[in-house]
Amino acid sequence: MANGKPVVIHGGKVIDAASDRDGDFDLLIEDGKVAAIEKPGVLKSKVEADHIDAKGQWVMPGCVDLHVHLREPGEEWKETIQTGAEAAALGGYTSICCMPNTKPANDSPEVTRFILEKAKAAGASRVLPIGAISMERKGQQLAPYHELAKAGCVAFSDDGDPVADAGLMRRALEWCLMLGLPLSCHEEDRNLSCGGCMNESPLSLRLGLKGFPGVAEDVMIARDIELARYTKGKVHICHVSTARGVELIRRAKNDGINITCEVAPHHLLLNECCVETYDTSFKMMPPLKGNEDIDGLIEGLKDGTIDAIASDHAPHHADSKLVEFSRATVGILGLQTSLPLLMEMSAQGIISRTRMVDLLCSGPCRSFGLDYGTLKIGRDADIIVVNPSHSWTLSSDEIRSKSKNSPFIGRTLTGQTVHTFVGGRHVVSGGRLASEDGASVAANSK
Amino acid sequence: MVDHLLGIQGLSKSEIYRYLDTAHSFVEVSERDIKKVPTLRGKTIVNIFFEPSTRTLASFDIAGKRLSADTINVSIGSSSVKKGETLLDTVRTLEAMKPDVLVMRHSESGAPHFAARCLANTSVVNAGDGQHEHPTQALLDLLTMRQHFKGRGIEGLKVGFVGDVRHSRVARSSVWAHLALGNEVRLIGPNTLVPEDFARGTFGEEKVQVFDKLAPGLEGLDVVVALRMQLERQEEHFVPNLDEYSREYCISERLLSKVAPNSIVIHPGPMNRGTEITSDVADGPRSLIRQQVTNGVAVRMAVLYLLARTVESVEEVAHG
Repeated sequence: MANGKPVVIHGGKVIDAASDRDGDFDLLIEDGKVAAIEKPGVLKSKVEADHIDAKGQWVMPGCVDLHVHLREPGEEWKETIQTGAEAAALGGYTSICCMPNTKPANDSPEVTRFILEKAKAAGASRVLPIGAISMERKGQQLAPYHELAKAGCVAFSDDGDPVADAGLMRRALEWCLMLGLPLSCHEEDRNLSCGGCMNESPLSLRLGLKGFPGVAEDVMIARDIELARYTKGKVHICHVSTARGVELIRRAKNDGINITCEVAPHHLLLNECCVETYDTSFKMMPPLKGNEDIDGLIEGLKDGTIDAIASDHAPHHADSKLVEFSRATVGILGLQTSLPLLMEMSAQGIISRTRMVDLLCSGPCRSFGLDYGTLKIGRDADIIVVNPSHSWTLSSDEIRSKSKNSPFIGRTLTGQTVHTFVGGRHVVSGGRLASEDGASVAANSK
Repeated sequence: MVDHLLGIQGLSKSEIYRYLDTAHSFVEVSERDIKKVPTLRGKTIVNIFFEPSTRTLASFDIAGKRLSADTINVSIGSSSVKKGETLLDTVRTLEAMKPDVLVMRHSESGAPHFAARCLANTSVVNAGDGQHEHPTQALLDLLTMRQHFKGRGIEGLKVGFVGDVRHSRVARSSVWAHLALGNEVRLIGPNTLVPEDFARGTFGEEKVQVFDKLAPGLEGLDVVVALRMQLERQEEHFVPNLDEYSREYCISERLLSKVAPNSIVIHPGPMNRGTEITSDVADGPRSLIRQQVTNGVAVRMAVLYLLARTVESVEEVAHG
């Protein structure tokens, strides 16, 4: 790990949406910060630095994930902060925001501090905890927002349990407005979704599976837009999955409402037909949609309505998926697949390369008001070097997470993270965790 | 590779006729003095029911016994899932005892498909999965119609399903069967239970018509399939109450004699008299409800036979 020593990354294509940069540059990392970005060759003379040849590769800000489940404390058999943060680093994420649906829930500074301590010890990607909106995420009593923010929470959410009580939501928005922090909302009216386990559609009728209608999401987005309008609080909409949801957010943004939103890669790339054989590896929440909704999401990606890509990384033990469809757990892994999947969309011309970087890096930071996601001089050196042409097939051996529930296993992905720097720490080198590379650790410790 | 019968979806017309022809030849066995043939001697059939059932379980059990198979019935209330054993473990445990056929009823759609994927050497018969399919019921309905429409056959019929199509596995299996036969299919009921979506791709590109009014839907039908209307549906707000439902959708002799005078009526049972069907229809001359139950045994004998027979038994039949 080149913590002490400066690093020059040269010969690569530097892409940074926030500073509108896409071209050949060399980059200097010093004291954990981005120290210089210069025309090719200028930094070559830095003899005291380690040099990384990034020829033919992309140099980007590290990706930032606003929606990750790390399962610790409480469900360490699915994932730990260590394995999650390592998977993140391998997947090109330098910061990940972890949802509070742990056991116990992250509704107290003790839990927040526990998470941060574990993350520090993990020594991989940065972990930014999200605190609960309500105590135990039960939707009954507000969580201590100031205390949680002081301990290190960057946003608040009740995660998969939507805040049903509009009155509580209003007060939560008012409190968090004082802190300038967003409420990250899983939008679902449970009286409408009613236990649905796939998208409500002609297909759900055929399969005889309970349908989850898109309108269950839309009505809650509409409610929270109006609450944000009224309170001036900050709402971030999690994993938007409907065309109508995108349209509501588009209009709210035009009205000047303080709202941002994220989309998960699987909602862009997979459609509801994947569950046709009752394959539980495609069971997620919100459920996979039909093509009309997918088109609406892509429209939102293109016109800027969607601010961020978030993986909704949700590790689950294999046993909980080897059951009847309606009884299977919901969610899939995402930390190691989001970047290559977005690169695939960019290569197909669906979104530009800079827009891709915006969605993965600067957009998430804008949404939560985080100080990362861009390559500006003086900022923390959260940098990834990506090989854009490397094709590889995802296998469970490649998955760093404790759980292996990815529907993308077996899929050929293009694009792989070669180096990851987190605050200047060289966490991934040559596509492998530096901590695992025994020789290099030994060499550096001398 | 073993065969399964998981649903009617995907079966061709000739496969359907193969089941019906075979069932036809078994009808007579149940009318004998000694109701037994040795066809499946030495075969083991496990009827595993994760949902309570009287008629289907009895029918499968009788069918297996009349073929001389050894049958065992395992009834597991859906609560047993809470005892901790997964479906996967349950079916693998049973498979370890080397049965030839596993007949499965389950409250969750897709459960038999999941079981079939997990088993290597056992045929799975779907005896009703959630709100998805109930293939043997569809086949026994067809056999019943075939007996009735002896001269003209069962193709080119107009068939209407009345009531809670949304929650009906019987309706789904039967619709697939009638579409395979090229029949006209109508789904009739309130839009909460018969959503328009049914006409928009649920059954592929095939045309299925949806009616939210009873009389126009029944008009000119050859076959009326009455579906069971469950009490729970009012608690789930699908219907205001059963009186309101029956005033609009109960199939009566008065209406049928006017709009579909030559129709026959079938019902998969159990019936709620006065809710979805009046007694004068259920017990009247156009009702084939009792024949359905009789035919259930023959159809299940056919299904078990076609899945569990060995090469020798094929020859036996061919030479006998």
